[in-house]
Amino acid sequence: MSIRLSTGGRLIDRSRKIGFSFNGKQMMAHPGDTLASALMANGQMIMGRSFKYHRPRGVVASGAEEPNALVNLGKGKRHEPNQRATLTEVFDGLEATSQNHWPSLNWDIGEVNALFARLLPAGFYYKTFIHPRPFWKHVFEPFIRQSAGLGRAPDPRHSDPDRYEQFYAHADLVIAGGGIAGLQAALAAGRAGLKVILCEQSAQWGGRAPIDGVEIDGQPAADWVDAAVAELAQMPHVDLRLRLMAAGVYDHGYVIGYERLGDHAPGQDTPRHRLWRIRAGRIIAATGALERPLSFAGNDKPGVMLASAMRDYVVNWGVAPGARTVIVTNNDDAYRTALALVAAGLSVPCIVDARPEANGPLVQEARASGLRVLTGMGIASVKGLRGVVAVQLCAQDGAGEVLEDVVCDAVAMSGGWSPVVHLWSHCGGKLTWDAAGAFFRPDHARPPTDQKGQGFVICAGAADGALLADETMVNAAKSVGRVLAEHGKSGAAVPVAKAAAEAPMQPVWVMPAGAGVKKRAKMWLDFQNDVKVSDVQLAAREGYESVEHTKRYTTLGMATDQGKLSNINGLAVLAQALDEDIPRVGTTTFRPPYTPISMGAIAGEARGEIFQPLRRTPIHGWHEENGAHWEPVGHWRRPYCFPKKGESHRDAVNREIMATRNGVGLLDASTLGKIIVKGPDAGRFLDMLYTNMMSTLAPGKCRYGLMCSENGFLIDDGVVARLDAESFLVHTTTGGADRIHAHMEDWLQCEWWDWQVYTANVTEQWAQIAVVGPKARAVLEKLGADFDISAAGLPFMAWAEGKIGGFTARAFRISFSGELSFEIAVPAAQGRAFWEALLRAGVEFGITPYGTEALHVMRAEKGFIMIGDETDGTVIPQDLGLAWAISKKKGDYLGKRAQERSHMTDPTRWKLVGLETLDGSVLPDGSYAVADGVNANGQRNTQGRVTSTYFSPTLGRGIAMGLVLHGPDRMGEVLDFNTTKKDAKGEMRMIKARIVSPVFFDPAGEKQNV
Amino acid sequence: MRRYSAFAIAREAMRHHLGWERAWKSPTPKAQYDVIIVGAGGHGLATAYYLGKNHGIRNVAVIEKGWLGGGNTGRNTTIIRSNYLQDPSAAIYEKARSLYETLSQDLNYNVMFSPRGVMMLAQTEHEIRGYQRTAHANALQGVATEFISPRRVKELCPIINIDGPRYPVLGALWQPRGGTARHDAVAWGYARACSDMGMDIIQQTEVTGVKREGGRVVGVETTKGYIGCSKLGIVVAGHSGVMAERAGFRLPIESVALQALVSEPIKPIMDVVVMANTVHGYMSQSDKGEMVIGGGADNYNNYTQRGSFQHVEETVRALIETFPIISRLKMLRWWGGIVDMTGDRSPIISKTPVDGVFVNCGWGTGGFKAIPGSGWAMAELMAKGHSPLADAFSLGRFREGRFIDESVAAGVAH
Amino acid sequence: MLTFQCPYCGVQACETELAAGGEAHLKRFGPGSSDEDFEGYLFLRPNVKGVHFERWRHAMGCGKWFLAARCTATLEVFGTYPAQTTEPPPEIIAAIKARRPDWSLS
Repeated sequence: MSIRLSTGGRLIDRSRKIGFSFNGKQMMAHPGDTLASALMANGQMIMGRSFKYHRPRGVVASGAEEPNALVNLGKGKRHEPNQRATLTEVFDGLEATSQNHWPSLNWDIGEVNALFARLLPAGFYYKTFIHPRPFWKHVFEPFIRQSAGLGRAPDPRHSDPDRYEQFYAHADLVIAGGGIAGLQAALAAGRAGLKVILCEQSAQWGGRAPIDGVEIDGQPAADWVDAAVAELAQMPHVDLRLRLMAAGVYDHGYVIGYERLGDHAPGQDTPRHRLWRIRAGRIIAATGALERPLSFAGNDKPGVMLASAMRDYVVNWGVAPGARTVIVTNNDDAYRTALALVAAGLSVPCIVDARPEANGPLVQEARASGLRVLTGMGIASVKGLRGVVAVQLCAQDGAGEVLEDVVCDAVAMSGGWSPVVHLWSHCGGKLTWDAAGAFFRPDHARPPTDQKGQGFVICAGAADGALLADETMVNAAKSVGRVLAEHGKSGAAVPVAKAAAEAPMQPVWVMPAGAGVKKRAKMWLDFQNDVKVSDVQLAAREGYESVEHTKRYTTLGMATDQGKLSNINGLAVLAQALDEDIPRVGTTTFRPPYTPISMGAIAGEARGEIFQPLRRTPIHGWHEENGAHWEPVGHWRRPYCFPKKGESHRDAVNREIMATRNGVGLLDASTLGKIIVKGPDAGRFLDMLYTNMMSTLAPGKCRYGLMCSENGFLIDDGVVARLDAESFLVHTTTGGADRIHAHMEDWLQCEWWDWQVYTANVTEQWAQIAVVGPKARAVLEKLGADFDISAAGLPFMAWAEGKIGGFTARAFRISFSGELSFEIAVPAAQGRAFWEALLRAGVEFGITPYGTEALHVMRAEKGFIMIGDETDGTVIPQDLGLAWAISKKKGDYLGKRAQERSHMTDPTRWKLVGLETLDGSVLPDGSYAVADGVNANGQRNTQGRVTSTYFSPTLGRGIAMGLVLHGPDRMGEVLDFNTTKKDAKGEMRMIKARIVSPVFFDPAGEKQNV
Repeated sequence: MRRYSAFAIAREAMRHHLGWERAWKSPTPKAQYDVIIVGAGGHGLATAYYLGKNHGIRNVAVIEKGWLGGGNTGRNTTIIRSNYLQDPSAAIYEKARSLYETLSQDLNYNVMFSPRGVMMLAQTEHEIRGYQRTAHANALQGVATEFISPRRVKELCPIINIDGPRYPVLGALWQPRGGTARHDAVAWGYARACSDMGMDIIQQTEVTGVKREGGRVVGVETTKGYIGCSKLGIVVAGHSGVMAERAGFRLPIESVALQALVSEPIKPIMDVVVMANTVHGYMSQSDKGEMVIGGGADNYNNYTQRGSFQHVEETVRALIETFPIISRLKMLRWWGGIVDMTGDRSPIISKTPVDGVFVNCGWGTGGFKAIPGSGWAMAELMAKGHSPLADAFSLGRFREGRFIDESVAAGVAH
Repeated sequence: MLTFQCPYCGVQACETELAAGGEAHLKRFGPGSSDEDFEGYLFLRPNVKGVHFERWRHAMGCGKWFLAARCTATLEVFGTYPAQTTEPPPEIIAAIKARRPDWSLS
């Protein structure tokens, strides 16, 4: 059983105790503990269950690569699944529960899967559950879904109560990793004056060196680390950050960092996580190396862990995973674990070394301390049900005949080390196989390249394959030297690190080498996903030869550790199965993030009300205070209607329309786009932009126009007012303002750059209010205008400026409702005051604010098109009866050539008409007019569709506009429009509608032209 | 071919699974084929499969630069739906969807088609009208969809926040027989079936040139030498432009990177596929428990399979807005694929200026769902010279201005 | 996460403040042009895997359109230049050739 040792633990504060709970059981820890070390200190070795077979699992690693010890953390609103116990710093009151089991961690019914393991090899689900067909969806899949998954989801009734934020930063150099390589690189760069961000994913500086007994410049590594950090902390241009992980590298030197600010200290008033977005000149990945497991039968049992992790638990946290630990290795480094265990007073019955000989200094030291070193040996199997009780030893080069049983309660394994090359690889850096170390390391000739085609990620230290402390230091100095040279600087003296020399490792991919199929089915490669050596071999046998195929077929490396422990071992087993060299089989692509990061951090502050910027008109506040029912329109929010207490939206819209048609209504039209187009060539430019002629417009007058894309389709419409000889004010749709302004600039800058035209988008400089209805003029007269607003003085389609009620104003006599209408623009800052002045002046006339829906109904009653309703990106002006707005005189305008193509001039294009149901009802939105028969694909033929449909309170019936085949030539014809409802016989219900003129109201325009 | 079944697994289990044969052979190329398909992704393999199954053309090679199914087939978010607006789109996607219904049985390979339902949220008045239009169109196209209320949305997917402060859910277009499938299995299942028909799937071989005589294709140059053919189908999403140039013509296509993401696996919380176009995001939960999320496409030409971070950010933001609980989940991995974007964002299944050369490309961000229908139509086009499913998707439409524009119905990558 | 130097305001601009505008140096075909030319102008693209001339707008900055030569396979940027030109200027050609000796303007 694992225990807390009475001494040791460089990271824990033994003088204090904190309480936490696991599966409801109260436990004690010391500050500095991780959840993994604290659980082991409390004798809790089993921490989770595997994915497929639900096998009991203990912690196998001590860092980010941990695949087994994933827990649910917190409760209620702060519950979070899949937290790695190895990265979770214990705090007082921490609550954790284990995952993926029922009813309990120790007794999981899902463990029955393991009994049938032989029936569940890799990819078994592709070969079965095929018949009967409905069973996949209704029986098999629900069962698989329930037994898969890991942690429990947060409670959907709650939103995340925590805060997240994002930081933006620029740096000459980002150094990922605060071990001795990273610190040395930071010292050199910092002393040379570079702007540096040094980030370390864990809560401590120094990495492995202080644990492994390294000496630097004659002092213990820990002291050197402290001194280095102290010096760096004094440098204003160096930013030191613990708990900040370089999560991903993007092109052109972009680094995504993930900082955990609040996880270890909840309740403080800080954001929980912070996402860093750093533009870096160069990136040094001093990300170290990860130890690999060995593949022997039973290597997944609780109590079997990485040798380095075992050492970490003893040295860092004073925790002994077992009292008697067998070491199994293919390299010298694992002997450090043996020595550390012995130094801590723990028993090491033997060291099983797969190499035929082992004589390195560490080996000799182990032998000298009386440890039993067995070379050329391996583990044949691990005994024990929910833990380790013994191992059986065998010859490594045999088939696994048991030579000896060794009683033990823990196994420390080491299969060698792999550099962490993720950051190098994210942007396409290539790798090369290092046969001596049996790992992939960066291929310096093929780095990821930046905007100048230069390598911008440099691996340093162990991440570059320099695993031993002395090499690490030299390598780090050389790596940072390359960055300094680019800045015309050179590095300082290199500290000398000293660690015991190591004899070469020897790759061991399967233990023992000649293991039979039964043993290979018990050798785990991917602990979380339950992928074994036999599974990879099966994939190879079945032709899934590419590493990508094998990975996907077996799910190797697809677990939450993303193959950190399993990739190389799996690849090697695959290569052996294919009888290929490992480098020829290749490696899979590393994708960000290095370890999973919270979605909350990715989203940052932008959530809820500030999820997207909200654009407000100057009158927005009034709408809000007066009960507007909102409709989102782009980033704006416009009042849909202003319902009175107890009034339905429908009734409110009808009331607003009738009040406007019979009296006067008020619309906030400020969102309409307003673009100034000015210059000697402004008229010529607008003639290209609009389908009709704008250059002939007289100052003081307005003209409606249509804009098309170069591909011929209608993209916007609106009224142009000529301000003076060289200036036009272009009105666009609400959604069109920014788009059309960009469209103008595109053509001006990139095609007609010699034309003298300036444009300015002044949409937000003006509040615009439409005063609409027979009594509109009376309201303005009441308010008082210092310019002529009479029918003669300011006729329809003219504009004038002056003061109205003391407000500086421009009044446009334009109408989108068919009523007498003044659209009045005042400076934005006076918008609300003007709106309120109009309301006061209008009281006696029953002035009524109206919203977008009333606007829509009134324009439809008049047969005016709406961009986005009558148009959908496939409609040209010719379809809409707008030929009058297409100049025949102009040789060219944007879209003209496109509209000459055969499909655009096809007489069978559907054309705009009005539609009236025979029974007066409202046609459904988007309904189609059916035609006889079906097309070649068996789809019912159609001959038209509804584009806009409303109840018209003015006419007391449903009205609609639509596009119909030969529509304008078929006035009076009755068509069948479909519905999504069925009649009693199960047939689609149809509604009959007659083709009529789209102008339903005041066709002569007598109401607007007064 | 030995059939897959539970009994076969039990039988093999007795022998420790040492008796399984290869899912597909690894042949050396012949000198001449009736048809060569370039590209062993889903679309290419499906084309080969239906050439054999529907038209009896079995002297076929499928040539693949990398590994079969290694392109976009294995990089997408596996959504299957056919609730398209325009008739030609609805026809081919519904054909595909209906073939997916029985594909596992057809191929004797479980592709795990899961018709769990796809909903597209309406969050503006404009979107309501758009989806109601689609529902009316679908009713006439034989595609079963309906427009549903916010309450029904919440019943079908309880983790949706329908009362978000910015874009409350106003309804949704619901296709109950839409869903997902296991993407790799689709490629592998077709490959195994093609191989079983005697077709050659030649991996790790790049087609470097197209040999023409008198304006007609006669064969291809490859990194394994020259191979003759009577007809050539180019089905290489992401690299269509490059292959077209080798065949001597240009396409109305640009290649951009599209990204997708998955979270860490959690226990089931979501049984349907949800797409939210106003806020730009979509999500489903895989059988493994991962939340599978689609991101946006870059708008610059790119062949690197790496996208830009802001799309990840925007997508996650949108989805936290729609599904607030995912804020406390962790993002496990994100990746990119190269997609072909055509001038009207609809695919091309067409003859080309070169006799005997056919292209199938331009599926943009939504090709996975079309694989069976696309292969069916392409096979028919190659065998018979025309196909009702493919005719509207010809290259000629760009000259005539006869576009198939779906943007009115769905403004988001999928 | 591309960066380009805006040739107008000199800012090294991140892609998030830029808007991409597709292939550069397209010759506009208007009324009177053939269907073939018009189709080519609007739709047909070499879509090169390699050196690509393209349009960008410093949309969240100075608002100017500019042109860039960029490799679509490695994302290397060879240079940026003002939009008011119908072909890549000599210094851009030279910059590309310095990095890609085998490349030529087709």
